[in-house]
Amino acid sequence: MELLGRQEVWNITYDHALGETASYFFTQIRDNGKIFGRRCAKSNKVLVPPRAFSDETLLPTTEWVEVGPGGRVEAFTFVYEQFNNLPPPPYAFGYVLLDGADTALGGYFKGVDLTNPREAAEALAIGTRVVTKFAEQRKGDVLDFWFEVA
Amino acid sequence: MTDRVGIIGIGQSNFRSRRDDASYPDLVREAVVPAMLDAKLDFDAIDAVVYSLSPDAMVGIGNAERLGVDAVGGRNKRFLRINTGGATGVSSVTAAYYHIASGVCDVVLTAGADKVGECGDSQTVLNKIWDPTYERALPLGTINMLAMSAVRYMKRYGMTEEDMAYVTVKNRRQAALNPRAHLRKVVTIDDVMDSRIISWPIKLMDCCPQSTGGAAMVLASEQFIRDNKLDAVWITGVACRAETYWMGDRMGNNPTAEHADAYALGRSFAQSYRMAGITDPANQVHVAELYAPFSNTEYHAIDAAGLVAKPGDSIKRLRDGEFELGGRVPVNPSGGTLCTNAIAVTAMARVAETALQVWGRAGTHQVDGARVGIASGNGGDHQIFGTMVIEA
Repeated sequence: MELLGRQEVWNITYDHALGETASYFFTQIRDNGKIFGRRCAKSNKVLVPPRAFSDETLLPTTEWVEVGPGGRVEAFTFVYEQFNNLPPPPYAFGYVLLDGADTALGGYFKGVDLTNPREAAEALAIGTRVVTKFAEQRKGDVLDFWFEVA
Repeated sequence: MTDRVGIIGIGQSNFRSRRDDASYPDLVREAVVPAMLDAKLDFDAIDAVVYSLSPDAMVGIGNAERLGVDAVGGRNKRFLRINTGGATGVSSVTAAYYHIASGVCDVVLTAGADKVGECGDSQTVLNKIWDPTYERALPLGTINMLAMSAVRYMKRYGMTEEDMAYVTVKNRRQAALNPRAHLRKVVTIDDVMDSRIISWPIKLMDCCPQSTGGAAMVLASEQFIRDNKLDAVWITGVACRAETYWMGDRMGNNPTAEHADAYALGRSFAQSYRMAGITDPANQVHVAELYAPFSNTEYHAIDAAGLVAKPGDSIKRLRDGEFELGGRVPVNPSGGTLCTNAIAVTAMARVAETALQVWGRAGTHQVDGARVGIASGNGGDHQIFGTMVIEA
């Protein structure tokens, strides 16, 4: 028998509130090109991106700490596939432990030749020193900055 | 607790990319009916239904458990939906288990289905599991998240892209024996290595498919099973564990849950082994169905399950054939998640396949003499884990 189908598209707009902690973080990025984490007084760990509380001590974080702009690669991947609603490939992104932070921050890596992924993996090997770069026009978003090999 | 909980009925679809002949509730029912026949019970015997359903957007039906109530005979019964992402299936069996272990119910049905093949945008859906505050603007998805786990596993334990390919080759060979599996074509190391790169080091053939199908299981109390002279296998260990949402907290300075590994999965296995009285899993477990949607993740799952002496030993031992059908502890004899991933029921299929193995009913992919099996599910993604020990 003939089997029929129907196409459906979900297109939903959300207007998310970011809350006090993330608002401060993004304001500092937008206005000053600086990245801040939050320190937990009990564990002494600096959480980046900043959170209002520590998931380990379950206590409120107490102090803003500027981190970076230098750091080291903690994880990376190179995407070569086009996914719907995601950027055109290829691109490199991953996580960096910024100087002064205890947890890693996600972002794009730029300036890496992705022609050969195995060579690119050597260039961005875990532990490689990188530096945070900021866009000249910033809107207060994680896409306002990226990482380049130092 | 003296009264055990047994598995008395199992039903699974043949998993495919699409099923244009079946609506979503039709697929659920396709699994429920054989499970009920297997249990030799009618619906009046079911005290509660645990509905297994991961993100709504994957089936494209908001709160699809509404539509599923009829297919599971849920009218006027206790009814509960479970969603822990990829772990949903094992979480659902766990919830069914606790309905009985608590003494509230004698017989519980758990069932669900997924139609991932109808969702052209599964990575769009999965990108939405990241928080809108900090990380959503990044191109995160489950593939690149686990590619970053692979990169860290490479650094810590020396895994290579070829080591990853060995997992795919093993699981495809096993899936070829399993008529219910989705990807059943045998592939070579070269086929995997030559497949296109998706998110390095993960290539196309290191990835699970987007599958459509359903699964159902019927659980009952030991008393009910004895009173009704039913056949059963037993859930002797059950646990679940979660770890931090923040991927960046699983790296950096002294992380609790290292992103290369599956920390909370290891803790969950340890708990379920304690409950089952298993002290030496590498020698006491006969078969394992471990949730691993990408080839690299099977290594840290084997490590977390304690089937090797220390993390990273899984690489060489897999290459030596220890986890093949016919090897020391066959891992994913069904072909596993790498060959079939209907997300809402994938982790239930791990439990169901393990139960069939220790029951001696796995058919063409039976592990000879299996009496003790383990199953796991990972969800959230790679954040929330469930584990079981199942014994004949």
